[in-house]
Amino acid sequence: MRRFVLIAIPYLWLLALFLVPFLIVLKISLSDIALSRPPYAPQLDLAAGWEGLKSFFSELDFENFTFLTTDDLYWKAYLSSLKIAAISTALTLCVGYPVAYAMARAPEEWRPTLLMLVILPFWTSFLIRVYSWMGILSNEGVLNQVLLWLGIIDTPLQIMNTTTAVYIGVVYTYLPFMILPIYSALEKLDGSLLEAAEDLGCSRLEAFWLVTWPLSRNGIIAGCFLVFIPTLGEFVIPSLLGGSDTLMIGKVLWEEFFSNRDWPVASAVAVVLLLILIIPIILFQRNEQKQREAEG
Amino acid sequence: MAQTVFAPWTDPDQKPIIEFRNVTKSFGDFTAIHDLSLNIYEREFFALLGPSGCGKTTMMRMLAGFETATSGDIYLSGKDIGHVPPNQRPVNMMFQSYALFPHLSVWDNIAFGLRRESKDKAFIGDRVEEMLRLTRLTKFAKRKPHQISGGQRQRVALARSLAKAPKLLLLDEPLGALDRKLREQTQFELMDIQEKTGTTFVIVTHDQEEAMTVASRIAVMDEGNLVQVATPAEIYEAPNSVYVADFIGDVNIIEGRATQPGTKTGIAWAEGQPPILATPAKSVEAGQSVHFAIRPEKVTIDVERPDRPNTFRGKVIDIAYLGNISTYHVELAGGQMIKAQMVNARRLANRHITWEDEVWVGFTDTAGVVLEE
Repeated sequence: MRRFVLIAIPYLWLLALFLVPFLIVLKISLSDIALSRPPYAPQLDLAAGWEGLKSFFSELDFENFTFLTTDDLYWKAYLSSLKIAAISTALTLCVGYPVAYAMARAPEEWRPTLLMLVILPFWTSFLIRVYSWMGILSNEGVLNQVLLWLGIIDTPLQIMNTTTAVYIGVVYTYLPFMILPIYSALEKLDGSLLEAAEDLGCSRLEAFWLVTWPLSRNGIIAGCFLVFIPTLGEFVIPSLLGGSDTLMIGKVLWEEFFSNRDWPVASAVAVVLLLILIIPIILFQRNEQKQREAEG
Repeated sequence: MAQTVFAPWTDPDQKPIIEFRNVTKSFGDFTAIHDLSLNIYEREFFALLGPSGCGKTTMMRMLAGFETATSGDIYLSGKDIGHVPPNQRPVNMMFQSYALFPHLSVWDNIAFGLRRESKDKAFIGDRVEEMLRLTRLTKFAKRKPHQISGGQRQRVALARSLAKAPKLLLLDEPLGALDRKLREQTQFELMDIQEKTGTTFVIVTHDQEEAMTVASRIAVMDEGNLVQVATPAEIYEAPNSVYVADFIGDVNIIEGRATQPGTKTGIAWAEGQPPILATPAKSVEAGQSVHFAIRPEKVTIDVERPDRPNTFRGKVIDIAYLGNISTYHVELAGGQMIKAQMVNARRLANRHITWEDEVWVGFTDTAGVVLEE
C-alpha cells in the first residue's frame, strides 16, 4: 500500500500537469476555428446529456492535421527546426564536452567553484541575456566594433538576423544543460582505468576514445536530449536573434496562436511537434532496455 | 631427488632483469624514495613490503612508467627505461582496484591489450581463451565486470595483465579486496600461475603474511629506504634491524649491553639477573648497546626449571588462547615482558599453567638475534 502511494504521487503529478493539458490541446486540435470565446468549436456541453456528448464527438475531425500537409510552410518549418536543433546540439556538445572534461580533471577543491560558474548565468533573466547578445552581435555591436578596431575586417559582419546568430544564442543558452550531465559522468570515472588502458598499450588519445568516451556516453546522451528537445520548439532565440530568415516551428506556432488566432491549427502543430519528440525518445529507451536485458 | 634451489641473486654471473641504480623520487619537497638501488632477477616473485607511505607503490609506478625518477636510472633487461612511456614498456600492471573496463565484457577486457598490438584475430582469440582457461574464467567470458564476484574480477584483472605476456608483471596489493579464505587460496593460485608462465612478478603489499607466502625474496621498506632485501626465511629468522624484526611477525625485543666482545656474548638486560647468552652474527664490542630479538615460538615456558642455556623466572600475566597455539605474556624481573608461544598439543583441561603462576621461560643461545641499533 505504501509503495503504491509512493508511486502514485509522481504519476498523479504527471497526470495533472502533463496528460490533462495534453488531452485539452489534442481536443482543440481536433476542433474547428470559431468566432467565439474560446475561439473554437465544438464545446463540450454536459447539460445536454448523452445526445450532447454524441454530437460533440461527431464534430471532432482531423481536418487541421490534413491542413498541415497542404501548406508546405509547416513541414519546411519542422525540417528547418530539426536541422537547427541537430546542428545546435552538435555544436553545444563540441563546446560542452571539453569544458566538462576540464572541470572533471580540475583539482578537487576548484570543482564546486567551477560548477557554480557554469550555473551562474541562470541568475540573470533569460530574456536579458538574449537581448545582450543582440548588443554584441548587431552591426554596430561590440563584436563588430572590436574586429573593426583590430583591423581584421573592413565592413561589419552581418551576424544578427541570421541562422548563425541563432546557433550562437542556442549554444550559449543551453551549454549548462550539456556540461552538467557530462561532467557528472566524467567525474565518476576512475583515473586508474585510463592508467590501465595506457599500461595495456594505448596512447593517451586511444585511451580517451576507448575508455573515457564510451564511459561518458550516458552523460552525452542526456545532455543531447536536454539541448535538442527545448531547441526544437525554441521561440525566443530565433525570433530575437534569427530575424525573418530563420524558419522554426516555435515561431510558426506562436504566429498561429497570437497573430492568426487559429487555436485549432496551432494545437495541431503542437501535437505533431510532441510526436516528433516522443517517438525517438521511446525508440531510444526501448533500445536501451533491450541492451540491458541482453546483458542481464 | 633434490631440486636445485632457485636463488639467482646469489650467482654473480646472473644479469638482473630490473636494476634500480641510485633512484631518488621526490614529490615537491617530499622525498618518497631515497637513493635506492635494487636488483630483481628473472622469474623472481619479488615482494615490496612496508607500511603505507613507505614508497613501495611509488617504486611500482616507476616500473610501470606512471612516474619518472627524479634522479638515478631504472634498467629493464639492460635498457634504460626512464623515459619510455607506459604504453611502450613490456611491463603490465594489475591494479589494486582491478581497473576493469566496466563497458567491456570479460573477454574484451582480456583482449584489450592484444588488440592494441593489432595482432590478427585468430591469435587474439586463442590467447584470450588460453588466459580464460588459466584463470578458470571460461564460463564468464561474456559477462560484464559488474556481473561477477570480487574473486572472479581479481582473476580477470590478472588474466588481462598477463595476456600480453609481459616480461614483468606488477601487482599492486592484488588480494587486498578479498576476504581471508579467498585470499589464502588465491595466493597459491598466483604462485602457480607465476610458475606456469615463467613471468617475473613484483608484488606490492603491506600484508607480511602474504609477502612471506608468495615471494621468493622480500624487500622491506621504510620511509623510502630499503631496510632489508632477503628471502622470507632470512627476513624472519635473521632480521637485520629492530624495524624488520618488529614489522615481520611477532617478536620480543629486549634492550641491553654486550658483556663480552666477539661472536659469543652475554647481554646484560636487568639488574641482578643473569645475562642472556647469545650468538651475534657480527662480532660486538663489550659494553655496546644492543637489542636482543627473539620470536615467541622459540621461547618455552615450564613450571620446573628446564635445562636450557637461558632460563629466567617470571609470572604469567596474560594468556592469549588461539586454539592451535597459546601465547603467554610473562613478566620477568624488572618488569620486562616476554611472550612465549606454545603449541596446544594437549587438551585444555590437561594444561597446568595459568594466570599468576610462577614459571620458567627458556631458550637456546642461538634462538634469538642480536641487533645493533
